[in-house]
Amino acid sequence: MAQTIFVEAINQAIYEEMARDENVFIMGEDIRRSVYGATANLLDDFGGKRVLDTPLSENGFFGAAIGASLVGMRPIVETLTSFMWVGMDQLISQAAKMRYMFGGQATLPVVYRATMFYGAGSAAHHSDRSYPMFMNMPGIKIVVPSNPSDMKGLLKAAVRDDDPTIVFEDGTLFGMRGEIPDNSELPDGELVVPFGQANIVREGTDVTIVGIGGSVNHAATAADQLAAEGISVEVIDPRTLVPFDKQTVLDSVEKTGRLVVADPAHKVCSAASEIASIVAEEGFWSLQAPIQKIASEQVHIPYTPSLEKHVYPDVEKITAGVRRTLDA
Amino acid sequence: MEIERETLLLMLKRMWMIRNFELKVMEVHAAGEFTGAAHPYIGEEAVAVGACAALDDTDYIAGNHRSHGHPIAKGGRVDKAMAELYGRVDGYCKGKGGSMHLADYSIGILGESGILGSSVPVAVGAALAAHIKGEKFVSLAFFGDGASNQGALHESMNLASVWKLPMIFLCENNQYAVTTSYADTVAVEHVSDRASAYNMPGILVDGQDAIAMYEATQAAVERARKGEGPTLIEGLTYRYEEHSLGLGRVRRGEYREQSEIDEWRKRDPLLILETALISQGLATREECDAINAETVEEVEMATEFARNSPFPEPEDLFDDMWAQPIPLP
Repeated sequence: MAQTIFVEAINQAIYEEMARDENVFIMGEDIRRSVYGATANLLDDFGGKRVLDTPLSENGFFGAAIGASLVGMRPIVETLTSFMWVGMDQLISQAAKMRYMFGGQATLPVVYRATMFYGAGSAAHHSDRSYPMFMNMPGIKIVVPSNPSDMKGLLKAAVRDDDPTIVFEDGTLFGMRGEIPDNSELPDGELVVPFGQANIVREGTDVTIVGIGGSVNHAATAADQLAAEGISVEVIDPRTLVPFDKQTVLDSVEKTGRLVVADPAHKVCSAASEIASIVAEEGFWSLQAPIQKIASEQVHIPYTPSLEKHVYPDVEKITAGVRRTLDA
Repeated sequence: MEIERETLLLMLKRMWMIRNFELKVMEVHAAGEFTGAAHPYIGEEAVAVGACAALDDTDYIAGNHRSHGHPIAKGGRVDKAMAELYGRVDGYCKGKGGSMHLADYSIGILGESGILGSSVPVAVGAALAAHIKGEKFVSLAFFGDGASNQGALHESMNLASVWKLPMIFLCENNQYAVTTSYADTVAVEHVSDRASAYNMPGILVDGQDAIAMYEATQAAVERARKGEGPTLIEGLTYRYEEHSLGLGRVRRGEYREQSEIDEWRKRDPLLILETALISQGLATREECDAINAETVEEVEMATEFARNSPFPEPEDLFDDMWAQPIPLP
């Protein structure tokens, strides 16, 4: 086991996949000089043809990644969530729809790594947490890792997956430290985390919290604090939203009877909304209290810290949500 | 440039195939045999056929909503194309794509896009793969005068040029985006003039002349295979029919005169190619007519094939969503 920070985990995953398969390449803006830290050492070791700095042309290079994937490559695109709007037509009209529209002829093993830099005074144009919008569109797999080990293992799985995948990297976690097993310690010699398998972060019996991305850690902190009061909280990290492991959530709610969902995305039609609706539809008779959705306020992200700090789910809001389920 | 007689006759056959396919589509669509949009390629046959004759099966194309001509030009099957328009299981896309989304991955047809300009970056990606892997295939994107105003096209031309990709941008300038003349929407005199902004050759070609289209594309393919980068070709052509079947209520006089259509029909691409073949002694009138008749027959058989193919069953609804099925939400 080695202590590794989140952004290094991204780098390890890319490096290992590029070394494993010569069809893997990466492109994006300013990646050769690793501006965000995730693409260090790649240019030196894999050369310029596989590590491409792009023009500011998201519609162009998002699409070029699709085309390359159709003919046998496994592209990784580095971008920020907020730049995805510029390339949206390629993601929706092409990446999501091609396989189905062409009757299964098209195979698109393309990965978009979209970083969500929120919570750092970046204002409305650089703070998007947009994964729920893509959940609404069939055809794209959606990954939201919450710790370095999952980040590495899920990104490696994404590169190997034959469907288009967006890995939403929570920028608030970039400096997070966590243990990643050395490859030599692993039975398969490498860390690959399969899609569609939720992680039970803490086991508990009184309340279930499902957290998304950075909210998983807030949920775990809330669980630790509530444990001191004798409240036993189970924390679940779905890890992938498409496919979504609903059984683990339903089983947990069956045990606890109470559900809080913590989601950094905007509250309306959020991942939390979908998870709440699944439990309301399929787990209703397990519930002993109304479901609590702790998601971002339905407002744009303000620049000033005095306002921004009120927008997102945090330990306090999650704790309050847990108490409401117990008071009901 | 000498073009083999065999190539020229194949071009003639594919042009007649498109023409007769489209005539049949108009007939059966009017008879209500299938619903949905369909965009006839009649009048523009020389562009796709001339361009695709310069490509190999291992080269790639991508196209747009006016989508029947491109796959047929590249050697696609008319029976699977017709069955797709009928929404049947034996269609190219098992009835899930329809008229605007024909594709044949076995011969490099990456698929037609109903969002205009949107397939151009995708085609550039195939060229990027050739560049990264050091392989010799090329990629060609069809788009219209209307889509030449899309950002996707401009981003693609810039990308292909800075990376010197083996890419051909092929503008089918058929004069109108639905009812709007390109003269009212394109800021330069010719779409091909736009190449200069991206440091690539821009070639203006008579799009009614299949041989001229072939020669221009052939030169661009050679340039691409040598690693010298992309080319923009503009084929000046004309759409005889309305934008889409079912738009008949838009009267022609509202945006173009009958006299304009009549003038273009005098330069019909099939007439031009047949005249060239006969005058050069490469084919007789009878041989040309026989090729036409042969394609009429093939289109008839394709239509019967389509009519006899079953519709997909309800349980086929979720097939082809994912490479491996995932649980439904």
